Amino acid sequence: MSSPFSINGGACVAMVGKDCVAIACDLRLGLQALTVSNNFPKIFQYGDNVFLGLTGLATDLSTVSDLFRYKVNMYRLREERNIAPKTFANLPFICGFDSIGCIDFAADFIVSGTATDQLYGMCESLWEPNLAPEDLFETISQALMSAVDRDALSGWGAYVYIIEKDKVTKRLLKGRQD
Amino acid sequence: MEVLLGITGRDFTLIAASKAAMRGATILKASDDKTRQLNKHTLMAFMGEAGDTVQFAEYIQANAQLYSMRNETDLSPSALAHFVRGELASSLRSRKPYNVNLLLGGVDPITHKPSLYWLDYLAALAPLPYAAHGYAQYYCLSILDKHHHPDISLEQGIKLLTLCIDELKRRLPVDFKGMVVKAVTKDGIVDIEFDDDKVVKSA
Repeated sequence: MSSPFSINGGACVAMVGKDCVAIACDLRLGLQALTVSNNFPKIFQYGDNVFLGLTGLATDLSTVSDLFRYKVNMYRLREERNIAPKTFANLPFICGFDSIGCIDFAADFIVSGTATDQLYGMCESLWEPNLAPEDLFETISQALMSAVDRDALSGWGAYVYIIEKDKVTKRLLKGRQD
Repeated sequence: MEVLLGITGRDFTLIAASKAAMRGATILKASDDKTRQLNKHTLMAFMGEAGDTVQFAEYIQANAQLYSMRNETDLSPSALAHFVRGELASSLRSRKPYNVNLLLGGVDPITHKPSLYWLDYLAALAPLPYAAHGYAQYYCLSILDKHHHPDISLEQGIKLLTLCIDELKRRLPVDFKGMVVKAVTKDGIVDIEFDDDKVVKSA
């Protein structure tokens, strides 16, 4: 229980759909079994269509997200344009990193956090190729909600982002508050 | 067994800290003030390893005051909270990290919005409507979950705080010698008279 990865808890998931991607996180911040906050988002935006979801030790989420914000801001000032690599420009694209920087390019979905096992199970059974934005929203939401209900260290609501070519939709899922 | 409590309301933030300064099983002082004022409308309460606490708090206090003098403007509670987190986070990965838990309460000088920040020794930062540190979390958070409302007045806030402190007196195995209570409002920080001699009967 005292592994840094499971002190604060949390869950993130991302999925690919047809001409869209989705990314979602839970909202819990805990200290072992005690819930300290039920409004602690774990997804950060770095451009019009660039999102980063982080799980693990809460202090490192803040440190890493703040450092990336600084670096992206410096990039934007230096280059006088938004950070929009070719890969991000048109292609719906998701990838994951583990804590030592090993990159995981996935064609279907990425999961992370203390509810990893549950999320893999839900994603394996619910996800299918070429989901339209609304269907992708339903799929990722059901996957995340079902997964965090089986993890004591995650849950207490969720944010879901649906990223399309021309727009981003953010929705709050209330979820179980117990 | 140190107690730190914070409650926000409509136009104030209440901060309370236990008065006992302990070393092992001994109470060295029964009138300890575990708070430091950072600027006109920001107050920080701290608990943790003896020595680290006051050293870190006064380092933050000095830097907040230096900023106010240099720029003739105070940092907002949010800015201060993130500054404190940065200092604590870099200390965490140093040879000798500070072992300090903090509550930072304030009222924004421009918007007059009250705020409360919870920071633990790992430098995890969470903005909260009400917060506690130490064993007090296990007794008080559930009381606050049930009775807190973001729109409460200062009087209601003090009542709610009394409810929490009564429960701590009833359930904590050691005497924490009462509480220092301070309120941050748009007009600054005021000491709140708090009756420490009230006896709470156990079941």
